[in-house]
Amino acid sequence: MANYKLQINGRSYEADVDADTPLLWVLRDNFGLVGTKYGCGIAQCGACTVHLNGNAVRACALPVSAVGSGKITTIEGLSADGDHPVQLAWDEVDVAQCGYCQAGQIMSATALLNKKTKPTVEEIETAMNGNICRCGTYHRIKEAIVLASSKMK
Amino acid sequence: MTTFPKTSRRNFLKIAATAGGGLLIGFHWNSADASAMKVVGSMADDVNFNSYLSISPEGVITIFSPNPELGQNIKTSFPMVVAEELDADWSKVKVLQAPLDTKKFERQVTGGSGAIPHSWERLRKAGATARHLMIEAAAKRWSVPASSLTAENSFVIDKAGNRKLSYGELATEASKIALPKDVKLKDRKDFKLIGKSVRNVDNKDMFTGKPLYGMDFHREGMLTAMIQRPAFGMKLKSVDTAAAKAMPGIVDVVSFKNNVAVVGKSTWQIIKARKALKIEYEKEGAVESTSDHDKLFKELMTNGEATVRRKDGDVDAAFKSAAKVISREYQCPFLSHSPMEPMNFFAHVRADGVELVGPTQTPDRARMEVAKLLNMFPDNVTVQLTRLGGGFGRRLQADYALEAAELSSIIKAPVKVIWTREDDLTGGSYRPAVRYRFDAALDANGNLIGYKLRGVGINAGNCTREDNFPSGAVDNLLIDSVEHKSPITTGPWRAPITNFLAFAEQSFLDEVAMASKKDPVKFRLDLLDRAKSSPVGEIKYDIDRMKAVIQLAAEKSGWGTKKNLAQGFSVYFSHRSYVAQVAEVEMKKGKPALKKIYAAADCGIVVNMGGAKQQVMGGVVDGLGHAMFSNLTFKDGLPEQKNFNTYRLIKMKEIPEVECHFVDNGIDPTGLGEPALPPTGGAVANAYFKATGKRLYNQPFSLQEELKGVSLGEKL
Repeated sequence: MANYKLQINGRSYEADVDADTPLLWVLRDNFGLVGTKYGCGIAQCGACTVHLNGNAVRACALPVSAVGSGKITTIEGLSADGDHPVQLAWDEVDVAQCGYCQAGQIMSATALLNKKTKPTVEEIETAMNGNICRCGTYHRIKEAIVLASSKMK
Repeated sequence: MTTFPKTSRRNFLKIAATAGGGLLIGFHWNSADASAMKVVGSMADDVNFNSYLSISPEGVITIFSPNPELGQNIKTSFPMVVAEELDADWSKVKVLQAPLDTKKFERQVTGGSGAIPHSWERLRKAGATARHLMIEAAAKRWSVPASSLTAENSFVIDKAGNRKLSYGELATEASKIALPKDVKLKDRKDFKLIGKSVRNVDNKDMFTGKPLYGMDFHREGMLTAMIQRPAFGMKLKSVDTAAAKAMPGIVDVVSFKNNVAVVGKSTWQIIKARKALKIEYEKEGAVESTSDHDKLFKELMTNGEATVRRKDGDVDAAFKSAAKVISREYQCPFLSHSPMEPMNFFAHVRADGVELVGPTQTPDRARMEVAKLLNMFPDNVTVQLTRLGGGFGRRLQADYALEAAELSSIIKAPVKVIWTREDDLTGGSYRPAVRYRFDAALDANGNLIGYKLRGVGINAGNCTREDNFPSGAVDNLLIDSVEHKSPITTGPWRAPITNFLAFAEQSFLDEVAMASKKDPVKFRLDLLDRAKSSPVGEIKYDIDRMKAVIQLAAEKSGWGTKKNLAQGFSVYFSHRSYVAQVAEVEMKKGKPALKKIYAAADCGIVVNMGGAKQQVMGGVVDGLGHAMFSNLTFKDGLPEQKNFNTYRLIKMKEIPEVECHFVDNGIDPTGLGEPALPPTGGAVANAYFKATGKRLYNQPFSLQEELKGVSLGEKL
């Protein structure tokens, strides 16, 4: 066990956990940030996607000891009131079915759009291919990303 | 999470204002008869209590949605139906998930595509009754005839008097009006909400990461646990828990039945401690592998003891006199349901009762089985429903709720049992593996004169649907099934049985159509005309509805008119609805690329167009993904695929364009959670055949020799 100080959503958090604890479980168990979901635990489904210094990472495969002073953003910290253009586009296109994977989808999409505001369809598919949606909402995810892209400056 | 104070069952009509005023309308779902509806009140100050619809004096309309929400969008479409007949301002309607309450609600189940068909009229009458009371209350206050008033956007309007009153203002007075014996429902042409695209009521909570799901449920002081379960056919022999117990953060390690539960506070510590368990298992029953099943399938297909499901005419004579006989076999593997949210349940067993919280498609089953297990009165077991991160049939089972309750009773503490993905894939209740053989007899003119289907399934029960098309259209027909009992547990998987049977049947009919030198669409339509003009035996599907989806899919896809695309056709009736699909494959650089799937659905009146399209597109993607990739094989009673690195689900790059159309026939809704899935595999396989000349007989397609080297995701 060791003490870790983490920068999450612009705030400081502290946790006493084992060094190999995946960030996912620290977020969920220690900080109550349960918007980041557990899906597979081996970085194969993307449900746990968060941003580390703006890059999409799988929190289930990122040990807390590797985070260091990196800035973490989770779905809870994406916007003050759910009004990030990607969240708004997700609502407008009515993307979700069960919704469980959608926080991870939104975080992957946002990381993509932060790097490239006008991605091509191929770039969208490549960036999103690691995020599984068991309900099959892929068409609307693509549509929402294109819509969000059109709204982002 | 909202809590719901208990109210006692009312066996009589009662009209009462709430303490703070307002109207509550609840009704027993056993009856769609308005006279049997009950208007119940409560002394609670809060309007969010045990009833179906409440309207506060401030004008807040709260609609409780009783059925489990797993992505079929029931939490939006149920309230839409009530709000339509109520003429409520949808933007101000608040929707809450109701807990299990068998006294107030009937069929709190998500399964069988049955919720909307079951509740359609009940929901409409609930809304229409409240609207009627509002108008009567306004008529009384203004001393005008009710017939001179209308309702719109949560207001009663007196056009002649140029005045209006809000539902909130009228709620208390309305609650004192006698219930009508019968209530008039709207004409379909007057629908303002039904048929529109209405966004999911949980969007904001889902997209901002609110704790909606069972996995997110937290209760102060609760413990967390994971359970190690045996392989199928094995039982616990011995367990050494010392090392696991000594690990940090572990509260207890206990065994019950063949399970070993590791209890702690932190998920990661539990995961690590579970790996430190030393468990020995021993054989309890048959320990089976996929290679055993492959042998069994072939043996049982010829020598199995079959149960006859349907017999028309004389098949032996028909096949003897046939000019041509076609025989084909099709096989599919076990599948995992793999909802994105793994199984989990919270249980707190106390001396006086049990509190259950979690994602379940059948809350009453969880309640009844837990009550039985713990020898308690069902009334002392409560079930609070969370949102479900998918279900696909897996959460029709109560096993994971039972485990949580049993563990809580042993450790005498509130506990949430969570499954890892590996637990989910190895923990059972799979789509059964099945093999089919079809035989068709054609006469010299290419007419279908005989038809046989035998299904062999592993724990599949009756793996045929003997009364489905083409039964009724063939003079001589025999459908039977053979079952092998296995320790590997199976259960309903979205569109049970038909999720593979439809592929096999629709692929086979494609071959039969070609052998009879007929266009596959015309072949099906001719058979349906035959069934209509001279039905053979009982017909349990609607011939006209099936023809209509076939014609709509053919029309929208430009069937037979496209030069550079290979089209494959499929149509299937499942549950109560009809869906036809056309898949299009294009040959590029000598490789087949799946470009598009057209779907034409008849689910009766579409409640929520946006939601309905989601169900169709999702059903197609689900049907395609599992036909193409997913494969659960066994070695010594354990699945060989334990996580998503080896168990393949479809990904974004692999989906074709999907275009949905709906038949507009005005009949009452017939359900859409499953019916779009079954036709997809057949449409795709038939299109691949047209493009490549190669037939696909087994799933998953991607592992078949015929599709070697072909990737759905490839941009050709």
